[in-house]
Amino acid sequence: MVEFWDSYLWPLIWIVIKILVIVVPVLIAVAYLTYAERKVISAMHLRRGPNVVGPFGLLQPLADGAKLFLKETVIPSSANRAVFLIAPMVTFFLALIAWAVIPFGEGLVLADLNVGVLYLFAISSLGVYGIVMAGWASNSKYAFLGALRSAAQMVSYEVSMGFVIITVLLCVGSLNLTAIVEAQRGMWFIIPLLPMAVVFFISTLAETNRHPFDLAEAEAELVAGFNVEYSAMTFALFFLGEYANMILMCAMTTILFLGGWLPPFDIAPFNLIPGPIWFFIKICALLFIFIWVRASFPRYRYDQLMRLGWKVFLPMSLAAVVIVSGVLVTFDLLPNAG
Amino acid sequence: MSFIDRNVRAFLMVELLQGMLLTLRYMFRPKVTLNYPYEKGPLSPRFRGEHALRRYPNGEERCIACKLCEAICPAQAITIEAEPRDDGSRRTTRYDIDMTKCIYCGFCEEACPVDAIVEGPNFEYATETREELMYDKQKLLANGARWEVELDLRLRADAPYR
Repeated sequence: MVEFWDSYLWPLIWIVIKILVIVVPVLIAVAYLTYAERKVISAMHLRRGPNVVGPFGLLQPLADGAKLFLKETVIPSSANRAVFLIAPMVTFFLALIAWAVIPFGEGLVLADLNVGVLYLFAISSLGVYGIVMAGWASNSKYAFLGALRSAAQMVSYEVSMGFVIITVLLCVGSLNLTAIVEAQRGMWFIIPLLPMAVVFFISTLAETNRHPFDLAEAEAELVAGFNVEYSAMTFALFFLGEYANMILMCAMTTILFLGGWLPPFDIAPFNLIPGPIWFFIKICALLFIFIWVRASFPRYRYDQLMRLGWKVFLPMSLAAVVIVSGVLVTFDLLPNAG
Repeated sequence: MSFIDRNVRAFLMVELLQGMLLTLRYMFRPKVTLNYPYEKGPLSPRFRGEHALRRYPNGEERCIACKLCEAICPAQAITIEAEPRDDGSRRTTRYDIDMTKCIYCGFCEEACPVDAIVEGPNFEYATETREELMYDKQKLLANGARWEVELDLRLRADAPYR
C-alpha cells in the first residue's frame, strides 16, 4: 500500500497539482485578457469600456462567464452532433496542453522536452482541426466558409513561422525551450534577428486569427465565421481557446526573441525581480501590442492576406535562413560546433 | 527613386507605426463617454420631452378647453372633452394624450394660447406596459406639478426668441 502510494498515486496527484497551478492562472489570465482588451480598445476609441460590474468593471469577465455558463446550448438540427460538440473541446484542450512545455522560470516547467519547439509548433498547427471540425459540423455556409478561410490562413502562415523558428534554432543549437532562453543570456534574439521577430509576431497575429487577419470571423461578410452556430458553453470554449492561444503565442514570442524569463539587464534592480514576473511582464507587453494592433488597423482583404503570407513573408524568412546560417558558418559562430 | 522610397517605407512599416502611434496617443486623451444614468448631456430649453399640463400660481388650471391642441395634433394623439364648470368657466373634463401616438412635434405647445400644455425636459418615462403610456388629465397635471419650476425656467429662457 505504501509502495503503491509512493510510486503511483502521489506522483499522479503531484502532476495534477502542477497542471492546476498552470491551467488555473492561464484561465484567469484569459478572462482578464478579454477585460483588458475591452478596456484598452475603448480607451483608444475614447470610450469608457466596462465599468459597471464591480470596481472599474473588474468583475465583468466573471459576469460574462456566468452568463455563457447558464445559457442554453443550441445544437442546429442539421449539424453533426458528435463532431459539433467535440470541436470546441478540441480547440480548448489544444490551447491548454501546449502550456506543458512553456518554461515560466529557471526550471519552472512541467515537461522539459528536448523537442519543446517542435511540440509547441505541432500543437499550434493542430489547432486548425478544431476550427475545421466546427465549420464542417455546423452544416452552415457561413461557418463553412469561415473554417475554410481560417484553415488556409493558419497553414500559410505556419510555413513562414517555421522558417523563422529555424533561424532561432540555428543560433541556439537546441530545440529545448529552456536552452533557447539560456542562449539569450548575453543578448536577446530580438536584436540580431529583429526582422524575423517582426515577421514572427505578425505571423502569430495571423495564426491566432486576430486583427488585422481575422478573416475567419469577418463580421461584415461571414456573420461570425466558424463559430456562428455555437452558443453558451460551446462558444465559451472556442473563445477561451482562442484567447489562451493568443497568450500562448505571446509566450512563444517571448521565449524565442525576448529572452523568456531573463531580465533585460543582468544588474542590480533588474535581476532581483524573479524570472516568472519578467516572463509575465513581457507577455503582457506583447498582448498589449495584439490589442493595440486590433484598435489601429482595418481588416486585410483575403487575397492581400495570402499575398503577404506567400509572396512576402515566405521569401523573407527563407532568405533569412540562408543569411543567418551563412553568417554563422562564415564567422564560425555556430553553437555546439564540433 | 520613388520606387526605393516606397519599398523602404513598406519594409520599415513607417505608415503602420505612425498609425499605431496615433491610436496610442488617443488612448491617453480624456474619454468622451457620458456615464449616462449618472451623467447627462445638456438639454436645450426647446427640448420636447414628456408632456405636462400647467397650473397658474394660484392653483387654477391653465387649460381653457379651446381644443386648439387637439385640432393641430398631426398624430391625433390628444382627446379633449369639456363642459362648463359650476362657476361657469369652461374647463376640460377629459384630457388624454396617447404617448404611443405622439410624434413630439411640439405643435400642441405652440398652439396653446395660455401655455397650459407644454413638453418638458423629461425623457426618462419608459414604462413596462403600453397602458401606462395612455396619459390622462390627472397624470398630466401631476407632471405639471412635478416639473413646474423647471418648465417655468425653460419658458422664460426661450421667451425672447418666440
